[in-house]
Amino acid sequence: MTVKLDNVGENVIKKHMKKNIAIKVENLSKQYRLGEIGTGTLSHDLNRFYAKIRGKEDPYSIVGQTNDRTVSAESDYVWALKDINFEVEQGEVLGIIGRNGAGKSTLLKLISQITAPTTGTIKAKGRIASLLEVGTGMHPEMTARENIFLNGAILGMTKKEIKAKFDEIIDFAGCQLYIDTPLKRFSSGMRVRLGFAVAAFLEPEILIVDEVLAVGDAEFQKKAIGKMKDISAGGGRTVLFVSHNMASVKSFCNKGILLVNGHIEFMGDVDLTVSKYLLGSSQNLNLKQFNNEFDHELFSFKEIRISATDKTTIEPLTEYDEISVETVLHIFKNEESLQLTYVLKNESGEPIFTFSHKKNKIKLKKNLNRLICKFPKGFLNIGSYYLDAYLIKDSRETIFLEKDIISFNIQEGLRPLGSWMGKEPGIIKPIFEWSIENN
Amino acid sequence: MNNQWDIIIQPKRSVFDINLKQLYKYKDLLFLFVKRDVVTIYKQTILGPIWFFVQPILTMVIYVFVFGNIAKISTDGIPQPLFYLAGIVMWNYFAESFNQTADTFTQNANLFGKVFFPRLIVPLSKVISALIKFVIQFLLFLALYLYFLYSSTVIQPSYLIILLPLLLLLMAGLGLGFGLIFSSLTTKYKDLKFLIQFGVQLLMYATPIIYPLSTIPENYQFWIKLNPITHIIETFKTIFLGSGQFSTNGLLYACVFTLFTLVFGVLIFNKTEQKFMDTV
Repeated sequence: MTVKLDNVGENVIKKHMKKNIAIKVENLSKQYRLGEIGTGTLSHDLNRFYAKIRGKEDPYSIVGQTNDRTVSAESDYVWALKDINFEVEQGEVLGIIGRNGAGKSTLLKLISQITAPTTGTIKAKGRIASLLEVGTGMHPEMTARENIFLNGAILGMTKKEIKAKFDEIIDFAGCQLYIDTPLKRFSSGMRVRLGFAVAAFLEPEILIVDEVLAVGDAEFQKKAIGKMKDISAGGGRTVLFVSHNMASVKSFCNKGILLVNGHIEFMGDVDLTVSKYLLGSSQNLNLKQFNNEFDHELFSFKEIRISATDKTTIEPLTEYDEISVETVLHIFKNEESLQLTYVLKNESGEPIFTFSHKKNKIKLKKNLNRLICKFPKGFLNIGSYYLDAYLIKDSRETIFLEKDIISFNIQEGLRPLGSWMGKEPGIIKPIFEWSIENN
Repeated sequence: MNNQWDIIIQPKRSVFDINLKQLYKYKDLLFLFVKRDVVTIYKQTILGPIWFFVQPILTMVIYVFVFGNIAKISTDGIPQPLFYLAGIVMWNYFAESFNQTADTFTQNANLFGKVFFPRLIVPLSKVISALIKFVIQFLLFLALYLYFLYSSTVIQPSYLIILLPLLLLLMAGLGLGFGLIFSSLTTKYKDLKFLIQFGVQLLMYATPIIYPLSTIPENYQFWIKLNPITHIIETFKTIFLGSGQFSTNGLLYACVFTLFTLVFGVLIFNKTEQKFMDTV
């Protein structure tokens, strides 16, 4: 009980303390030019200059369209980011998520001063170090020792600081043996380790990290995430983290921003942001019908529906239902070796299992096929799930792949009154066969 | 209210907003870049730094053969090898400073796209690397010079030798200034890249490197003297060979010209570095 009281006390104190903002982003926008920069560049420049000397506004800043890649270009300019406003408190770890091209990298580039914004300001307290890539500027002909100094200096450390941390860096990278060997003799994995080691011992107030953890082996990734957690927790440093790996965003960040087509779609608690992202990326409808989006010379993907058996797709799915996954495939040729395979993923995008009809000796025939797969009652726990669809030929060749083709939610079922209402731990909760022997 | 922030990023910096304090903070990086340039050029070569000598010696030999013996261009009575080497060594310093800095943005786009540091560090480091190369080549010149100083009587060193540091500064300043201007412009207009290649070569012929200024007809002298490098080279030749046409006004003109080029170069570079990643 005392623990809880302490927590309450702390919250009260936190509320009364003035918020310590580390980064403040106001009305930030970034415009890019579409198409080739070549002919026309000079004429646009001259137009701009002419407007400027007459004291008028930049004639091309008005015409930009939003960064929605599904519509065709109406003007030569596009807003990669439009009117971004947010604040990051000191010590916060902010995850920035969004689909490819949503503006994540542009945002990081603006904050790390690689390119200037078109409008708006960014204000920050302390030193900003950006890790958009590990081992930037390292030279293959120079030794590991020389490269540590060079890379450290590029990232903003002084020689003295690097010297003080040198042994730790070597230790973290685990390359004592190769310290005087030219970098070109290193394996690519070792280079990444060395690069990350240098960055890990930077001591900036604000650290910007862009998917650098996607490289390296599992052991290294674990080490790197651990180190980053230490940095943010121990040093009270602010971290901005961009990743497509929702599991690492969730485990590492405490706040999230969801970017969609260059604007902030959602901002708040990281779990909420991640589930918004995952829901947004595939529409949360239990029935999806396709016209000819997924046509192929061998087949046409017509429909996919997920429902509780014998119920419509509008009714919610609960933890106690038997779940049917129905797929309608139009096959054009008699191709018996075709096999439909699904990968079921949880809200973090982690695959849970793969299932197909291969073992059931069901074969797809010419014309319309309605394939039905049933998950036993109570098999899936509460949560959001995603399906990746694959069509495999001859058990080896993937001829069709659509990630997150459909998503669905499993809700709480009607539980007996008075019983506990939360989500039990675990992704699945299968009903096993139990027996008891009473003597 | 704004002074509580350490970094403020805005769309447009004022033209004159150059952060010298920040530049100074990165001085270690400057020297590490210089070290990288010098150390890595001749890694895995057998002759190593001797290559620094090979280029000017071979160039000199060719000049002696082509311009001295075939074209029979006067050298004002100065021994041909010494006359040409003096010009080559000085010219190389300018050409190296200019060539190495002129593609700063395009050459380092990858690095600049990932990390922020004052971009000016890169061209500065190139000029310092060029200076190191110059010093080595200058030693070669000095060796040849001392040999001719003792073996012939035509060479008269001048007390003007105190001007040597100024000459180097001017050469570096011009190379850097032009380099900064061109590197900024090439981010958008790549046409200039082709201009640079033969532009440097053409400029060399417009500078009294392979001929003495005194052989130029009166009516062309004005145009040759418009080239600020002419005055730097002539002063250098006056200092060591006693054969150049030193003029205080000419050198003063070179100083002013260099200062303008450099200031303009730094300003345009500073403006370009903010957004070049979008166009490069």
